[in-house]
Amino acid sequence: MSRSYLLAGVAPLGRAPTDVLIRDGVVVALDAAGAAGARAGAEVVDAAGLVLLPGLVDLHTHLREPGREDAETVESGSRAAALGGYTAVCAMANTEPVADTAGVVEQVYRLGRAAGLVDVQPVGAVTAGLGGQRLAELGAMATSAAAVRMFSDDGRCVADPRMMRRALEYVKAFDGVIAQHAEEPGLTLGAQMHEGEVSAVLGLAGWPAVAEEAIIARDVLLAGHVGARLHICHVSTAGSVEILRWARQRGVRVTAEVTPHHLVLTDELARSYDPVFKVNPPLRTAADVTALRAALAEGVIDAVATDHAPHTVEDKECEWAYARPGMLGLETVLSVVLSTGALAGDAGTDWDALAQRMSRTPARIAGLDGHGRDPAVGVPANLTLVDPAATTTVEPGASASRSRNNPYTGRTLPGRIVATFLRGEPTVLDGKATR
Amino acid sequence: MAHPDAAPAKIILTAAEMARMVDRIAHQILEKTQGARDTILLGIPTRGVPLAARLAGRIRTFEDTEVPTGTLDVTLYRDDLRLRGGTRAVGPTTVPTGGVDGRRVVLVDDVLYSGRTVRAALDALSDLGRPRLVQLAVLVDRGHRELPIRPDYVGKNIPTSAAESVRVLLAETDGVDEVRLADRP
Amino acid sequence: MITHLLSAADLSAQDATGLFDIATQMDAAMTDREVKKLPTLRGRTVVNLFYEDSTRTRISFEAAAKRLSADVINFSAKGSSVAKGESLKDTALTLQAMGADAVVIRHPASGAAHRLAGWVRGSVVNAGDGTHEHPTQALLDAYTMRSRLGRLDGLSVAIVGDVLHSRVARSNVVLLATLGARVTLVAPPTLLPVGVAAWPARTCYDLDAVLPGSDVVMMLRVQRERMDDSFFPSAREYARRYGLDAARMARLPDHAIVMHPGPMNRGMEISAEVADSPRSTVVAQVANGVSVRMAVLYLLLGGAR
Repeated sequence: MSRSYLLAGVAPLGRAPTDVLIRDGVVVALDAAGAAGARAGAEVVDAAGLVLLPGLVDLHTHLREPGREDAETVESGSRAAALGGYTAVCAMANTEPVADTAGVVEQVYRLGRAAGLVDVQPVGAVTAGLGGQRLAELGAMATSAAAVRMFSDDGRCVADPRMMRRALEYVKAFDGVIAQHAEEPGLTLGAQMHEGEVSAVLGLAGWPAVAEEAIIARDVLLAGHVGARLHICHVSTAGSVEILRWARQRGVRVTAEVTPHHLVLTDELARSYDPVFKVNPPLRTAADVTALRAALAEGVIDAVATDHAPHTVEDKECEWAYARPGMLGLETVLSVVLSTGALAGDAGTDWDALAQRMSRTPARIAGLDGHGRDPAVGVPANLTLVDPAATTTVEPGASASRSRNNPYTGRTLPGRIVATFLRGEPTVLDGKATR
Repeated sequence: MAHPDAAPAKIILTAAEMARMVDRIAHQILEKTQGARDTILLGIPTRGVPLAARLAGRIRTFEDTEVPTGTLDVTLYRDDLRLRGGTRAVGPTTVPTGGVDGRRVVLVDDVLYSGRTVRAALDALSDLGRPRLVQLAVLVDRGHRELPIRPDYVGKNIPTSAAESVRVLLAETDGVDEVRLADRP
Repeated sequence: MITHLLSAADLSAQDATGLFDIATQMDAAMTDREVKKLPTLRGRTVVNLFYEDSTRTRISFEAAAKRLSADVINFSAKGSSVAKGESLKDTALTLQAMGADAVVIRHPASGAAHRLAGWVRGSVVNAGDGTHEHPTQALLDAYTMRSRLGRLDGLSVAIVGDVLHSRVARSNVVLLATLGARVTLVAPPTLLPVGVAAWPARTCYDLDAVLPGSDVVMMLRVQRERMDDSFFPSAREYARRYGLDAARMARLPDHAIVMHPGPMNRGMEISAEVADSPRSTVVAQVANGVSVRMAVLYLLLGGAR
């Protein structure tokens, strides 16, 4: 039962204000502001001063269901995503049980449809049980109702070079892509934070940048050799950026994502020993943050992906060494990205670049045809409305997520998601979820 | 810093008056102790220490007798540490050879007020040994005792109110000999 | 006035020297009297919260607290609610409800003392957290150096051994730098942290080169298990390259002293001959530990809050 909506006076990608009419899940008209008058039966959304973006797409989210519903469920995570302006999210496979069969990915897919707040695209595990020993049934997951195209052992690295090679080759058959969590396990045993000056003083075992860079270097060479697509999750170091740039110059079909927290936070925050800042890969130095911002602007890093990682209070309110790594991200990501100024031009935010990094490219990498498309006549109405002039003060108590491990508590960030439309129906209106 | 409108400190004892008091106390000690037999002086830091030294010096001048002299720090025995804000530095405790056992100990301090310092000194003393007899010599007794403690030798009794403060200055510690009375800021 | 002692960096040079002077007075008070007790912390409660076995440190803190007439409660992790999975936060709230004025904590996780300080109202003393810091050890080490050699400013101190995993090394580097000593860290490259270049200390891989210029040689304990993780190939090679034996001890200046936080691995980082020689201050370090910890407890609990 769909209705029609008129987004009055909205600026598509920050351009001239326009009235956008949505009906039956699709954009049916774009007129210059006010010229066509109100459409009969359409609910009017006053969008003066707002920017219209193609609905955001997250390549990397942890919804924790099945298994850790105490931290998050598909429904609560979907709500958080919608409030963050997302119309589609890729749900990582490190659930309990692991999403390494058609059965589990279909369960996650159906939970997403039932919640109806965001399109949940399950990611399948690369290896059975994330054990790194045997390939999971990648083909079965691809042909299941969940139509999996992206596979990842995220949380763990596919460390065995032979296994990674096989995986890269195997998914070529159905245009799949392996998303690698780059971490050489031999170099990160017992690691707690970035290995550098701060870790030396704090007495916390270090996670050196080379552990990420060595795997990326190996995998881009492998992908080039076997002619496969490769995606790198949560790039966190300046050295990784250089390797990606080199690989692209050589025509390797590699894409890469960066998290919002790696664009603003550094390892200095670990001095408080507050595990809200513990994450994998760890927060690194100011020099790395600068390099990542430049790479995002340049396009060497293709997308922003949240790596939204909810954890219960018990898993975070404890000693650093015992805490689980991960931070929330879905609800704050757009504001965090705006706060970096990385995608700003002379005239303020470059909304086109932002749409590219947070919607179009992620949709293409994940193979989600209905998403990541700029509003145009006939296009599915997966849209996000942003108020660029407003600010958001982060209050974790007010979050839709079941968890509270938010590293931005108390910060005031630019921009606010006002509304999100999923296939023509609002999931968020006036900054609040519609269900 | 004293409030600019407050009355300036009044000098209530001059150097000459103080010197006479010290002389009188020295004579009184010699009198009451049969010539400072089996007696030691223990000064309570800060200003009780130079006072004890002066008394020993006058006794030596009057009767050519060496009275063993030492210091007794009471900081770790105070019952009001938690009320005074910040921790105080702990001063030295030096007991003359032979200790305190079986001897007459004369405690020396500049001002006697609530009596709590002397009480702490008595506790400190009992941890050092068992004197035969303990007496107290002070330059100024300003009243307002909170404990049943009385001095054996007093330079001067000066009635005060709780709103006033008495400050003893000595050449050894402050460059001048003077006793001042002022309003408490 | 400090509320907690979590790191050697919490103390300025003035704080530390003042603390040493108080420790000296406490030491004198203990030796010159019959009743080896002071009433200063009467009615206060000090809790020893030890998640790691350490009889020697716990007893040292217990002796320090009791000599100041404080009540001591020992809480060891074994066979307690902690073993049943109680979180540090819940343990902290329990101690608070019991009226602990100070909590002395030893814990295997770096930063545990910092976390505890956020959850209790009383004072927290870090008695060793993971591989992070052990500030009272550094204080008693510096106090021992001062009493044996008469000064700290300008002293050349060599710290030898597993610096990477040593909380004693971290606290000592910070405190000795604050007090004006010159520190040289000696270790195989595998046992020095990557960020060590930013520390106020020099590094050297050659022990023999450093010995003739050292006033103090502090040997750190090296666990044999590190060999299994390839930090060095064998105990024999480690002892040969970085162990202090009689021959090396003879190359020290006449006045130089040898220190060790204990417990010692005789035959590994230090030979029996060296450990028992007159240069060794190991026994004095233990005695000084009580006086220094008395001074720490006095500074944290002796005044108004």
